[in-house]
This record gives sequence, C-alpha cells and structure tokens, in this order.
Amino acid sequence: MTQSNKRKILINDSTLRDGNHAVSHQINPDQIAAYCLAADTAKVPIIEIGHGNGLGASSLQIGLSRASDRVILETARNSVKNSKLSVHVIPGFATIERDLKPAIEIGVDVFRVASHCTEANITERHISFCRDNGKSVFGVLMMSHMADKDVLLQEAQKMQNYGAEAVIIMDSAGNYLPNDVVEKIGLLAQNLNVPVGFHAHNNLAMGVANSLAAVESGAQLLDASARSFGAGAGNAQLEVLVAVLERLGFETGIDLYKILETADLAEAKLLKQLPTISSTSIVSGLAGVFSGFLSPVNRVASEFGVDPRDVFFELGRRQVVAGQEDVIIEVAKELKV
Amino acid sequence: MKKLRVVIIGTGNIGTDLLMKILRSPYLECVGFVGRNMNSAGMSRAIQLNVPCSDHSINFISENSDKIDLVLDATSAKDHKKHAIVLKELGIKAVDMTPAQVGSMSVPAITLDQSLSYDNVSMITCGGQASIPIAYAISKTQKDVDYIEVVSVISSMSAGPATRANLDEYIFTTEAAIKKFTGVNQAKAIINLNPAIPCINMQTSVFAQVQNPDMEMLKEELNTICSSVQSYVPGYKIIVGPLYENGRIVVTVRVRGSGDYLPEYAGNLDIINCAAIALVEEHAKKASER
Repeated sequence: MTQSNKRKILINDSTLRDGNHAVSHQINPDQIAAYCLAADTAKVPIIEIGHGNGLGASSLQIGLSRASDRVILETARNSVKNSKLSVHVIPGFATIERDLKPAIEIGVDVFRVASHCTEANITERHISFCRDNGKSVFGVLMMSHMADKDVLLQEAQKMQNYGAEAVIIMDSAGNYLPNDVVEKIGLLAQNLNVPVGFHAHNNLAMGVANSLAAVESGAQLLDASARSFGAGAGNAQLEVLVAVLERLGFETGIDLYKILETADLAEAKLLKQLPTISSTSIVSGLAGVFSGFLSPVNRVASEFGVDPRDVFFELGRRQVVAGQEDVIIEVAKELKV
Repeated sequence: MKKLRVVIIGTGNIGTDLLMKILRSPYLECVGFVGRNMNSAGMSRAIQLNVPCSDHSINFISENSDKIDLVLDATSAKDHKKHAIVLKELGIKAVDMTPAQVGSMSVPAITLDQSLSYDNVSMITCGGQASIPIAYAISKTQKDVDYIEVVSVISSMSAGPATRANLDEYIFTTEAAIKKFTGVNQAKAIINLNPAIPCINMQTSVFAQVQNPDMEMLKEELNTICSSVQSYVPGYKIIVGPLYENGRIVVTVRVRGSGDYLPEYAGNLDIINCAAIALVEEHAKKASER
C-alpha cells in the first residue's frame, strides 16, 4: 500500500463542546467523565471539552454552564489516559489571565484559538501566549462562509504567522455545499505551511460529505461529534466519519467498534433527543446564521409570537456573527411590529 | 476666555477623532498632536489641519510641559502605564482613553463633578461608557442584583490595532467599572467584532439576573439617565427594553456616532470620546472661573 492512500487524518472529537449548545450548556461532570473514558478507550486522539462558545463563555448572553470551566477541565483531565484534551478559545470571551492560565495549569493539551473568519488579528496574543507556554495551538476561523477564499487564506496565514500549528476552517452555520469546501480548503491546503482542518455542521445534510470533500482537498484534521451531537442540526457524525474514512483507506487511529460503542453511550447518556435537521435548522443553514442560535431563536420567537424562520433570514441579512445572540431579541421585536 | 491647552498622544482612530472634537470646542485648544510616526493616517490629517504635530511621543510633553494643561492619552494600555508616571511627575492632568485602569474611573452621566479632582481619570472603555449608565439604573432600582453582564458589538472597521491587541484589558476594565458603579459582586464583559458591510452601528446589551424585577421603576430611571447621556452623546438610544426575558432583565442600546473622523457607525469611538470631551470641557469651564 502506498503512503498516499494511508494518509493520516487527525480527528478532534467535539461532542462535549459543540454538543453543549444542543443542551443549553448543561452537560454535567458525570456525563463528561463517562464520555471521556469511552472516547479514550476508542483511541480518539483529541477530545474537545467546555461551554459551547469555549472558555469563559458561560454567560446570560450565550447560556450559563451547568459546570464551571474548572470543573469541566479537571473532570476530563482525570478521565483520560491517552487522548489529548482541547479547548475552544474566543478572544473577547476568554482572557489569558482568567481562562488560559488555569487551563494550562489543569493540563489542557491543545488550545484552539478562534475568531470570526475576518478577524484573525485578535488571536495573536492568545496564540503567542499558549505557544510560549509550550502548548499545541490551532487557529480557528469561524463562520467561514462569510469570507471568500482569498480573504480566508490571508486570515489563515496571519494565524500561521502568530504560531498556530494548524488552521481549522469552521462552517459554523452549516451553509457549505461540497464545492464550497473544495474551493476554500483546496486553496488553503496548497498555500499554508501548516495542516488545514475542517469543522462541519449538518444543516443541509452535508456534514460527512463536506468533511470528505475537505480531506480530498488536502485537509488533515477533521472535527466531528458522536451522533452528530452539536449546535443546531449538529456536526459531522463522528462514528459515520470514522467508518467512511476507514473504507476509503484513511488512517484515524480510532477503533471502529469502540467508537460505535462510544456513540451509543453518547446517545444514552448525553443526548436529550437525537440531533435532527429540523425545518428551522434548514433555514438557519440557508440564512448562514451561527448554528448555536437555534435554541435561543426558537425560545424568543415563541415569546414574541413570530416565525423563527423569519428571525433566521433577518439575522442572516444583518450578517450577525457568533456571540451576537442579543440581536435575536431585537430582530424578534422588530418583526413583531 | 482662555482655552484649556490640550495635547493628544496617540494618532490612531481615537486620537484623531478626539482632535476633530477639540477643534470644534469653544473651551479647548489642541497644542500638540503627538505620536511616533509622522506618516500615520491621523497625523496626515492633523498636518492638513495645521495642528502642531510631533513624532516625539511622550517626550514632546516633557519638552513642552509648561505650555500644556492636560493630556488625552489615546495610545494603548501598556503605553499609558508608562505615560501616567511621566505625566504625574510633570504635574499634568491625564485623561486616559485606554483600558489601563490607572486613574479614577469616570462616566460623566454619573460622576462628572467628582472626576475633575483626580490627576488621572480613566474613561474606562467604549462598552463601559455605553453600558454603565444602564447597569447603574438597574442596580439603583432592583433588589438583590448580584450579577450584571454587558455585551458589546463594534464594527470591525472601527477597531484599530491597539483595540484588537487590548481585548483582555477591555474586558477586565469594563468589569471593574461595572462593579464599581453598581456594587454587584460579579460582572462579565464580552466584546464581538462584526465585519458586515455596510458597517454596523455599535450596540451594547446589558443583562441582569433578577428574581422580582420592578420594571416601572427601571423605566423611569432609564429615561432620566438616558437623557443625561444624550446631552453629551446625541446618538445614544435604547432600542430594546427594558424587557424581562428568560429570568433576565435585558436592555440594548445603540450608539450612532457624530461622524467626526470615522463615519456614524463608529459609535464606540464617539461615546468614549464624547465622554472625555464632556469631562475636559467641564474642567476648562471650572479652570476659567478660577
């Protein structure tokens, strides 16, 4: 077998982080311990944990966490032997003093420092700090459907210059079709000196297909969640992705049977309901709105007696970014008039 | 009337917008617009306007200290910490536009008179200037408020390099100010940048967890304090609330700028600069009475 058709793909399991959006950030320490143990046994290389919007994001704006960041990180740290632990870090929410220093002290391995896709320069200090402390750092460009491929490349290059050891492109809104992925990931993979990753959402049922398009365009990292447990319509389904990659001859290092069992455990222990592409999620993806807006949009739309689909299209028209949940009320109020 | 002699240090968005406002003021005179680079966009603008300019940064102030009454520092938090020491030694009053948290924190709608007595006055942050009047009204009218949160969004086009490098300082300074002005034990500040074109207006939402809200009292108090802010920031407006939603009080304000240096969307520049000018003009009036 040649080297090329045994290409390695590094999987970041986002179940416990992105999945937190699906349960209003209520994942508890017992669930974290149980899932981490299972994923560790399945040889998942990186397990991502935390509030849906990452470190320091527990808030009235996004949703208060059931467990504090410290409890989440310590629980996970005590539950894994071989897997690495990763966290999502958005400057503007997470600070070096209050959030990064304790996370380093607790023993997080990989810091994924994120910004909106056009704002990479807000990540410089956080990336440098983690690198200076000897930690692995990935740059993350969120809501990437809102920038064209050349802008994404420039922003990714900034992160690379700051010291990011990989750059992950997020389809946070679940808006991409495979051709979009090929165009953007292809350009980045050709022009960056560090590996490129892709993070899918499933609003238009493209989670696994887009992830596949990404690896075929040169991506070396993929995010995925068990049973696709994640914001909105969920992420690329981890256990399906592992199976598909195995069939295509990519190497993930993950044990197929054990990851299937891990997904069963997630369904039994973590999920309130199986992620589904609800009618509102389809509109959310079409409108290009951050997937995490689904629960608050549904709540506020019902309080104001307006159609959540109208709210999503208006949010899309206003080009809101991740973290702007307060605008949902403003839009619902205006639609009501 | 003798005008107060003011120097602006820092020629970025904040400094240049302050210059536009000072040039219009009947009480203030800009006797120096100083930075480190004669070719910055702000410096070019100041040269065109025949304002005395220098690239000697803080040294310009040491060299001309007898001709300067007050310095507006629009550099960065890190730089202001150094400048504050120099200015104190020179006996020159400093108004700090950065989130360095050196001086006494000022929100003119609440503390106009007290603020004048300090050598170093901190204008907190743009989000602080927008949210603290609202947070103050909430804490004044509601019982058992233990936690207040403020979330701001600004247009990417209005956020220069110092703003982007100072997000952590922005957060800590805004939180410290919320606690100081409201007495709550816990505060949280969040900031988002939005690159939408056409550029979005600055907006800030204030959330408070309250068990039994008194919305009528709050409405009244908000009306009063809003008028007070509008007297120095004409584009300040409540667009949502006060609402009680999902166990939280929610108020959102929009700040449209005066369009002095950056266009109207950059309410974040305008609100902190208008607050500083209101304070410095008050100081000039008091000084001329003496």
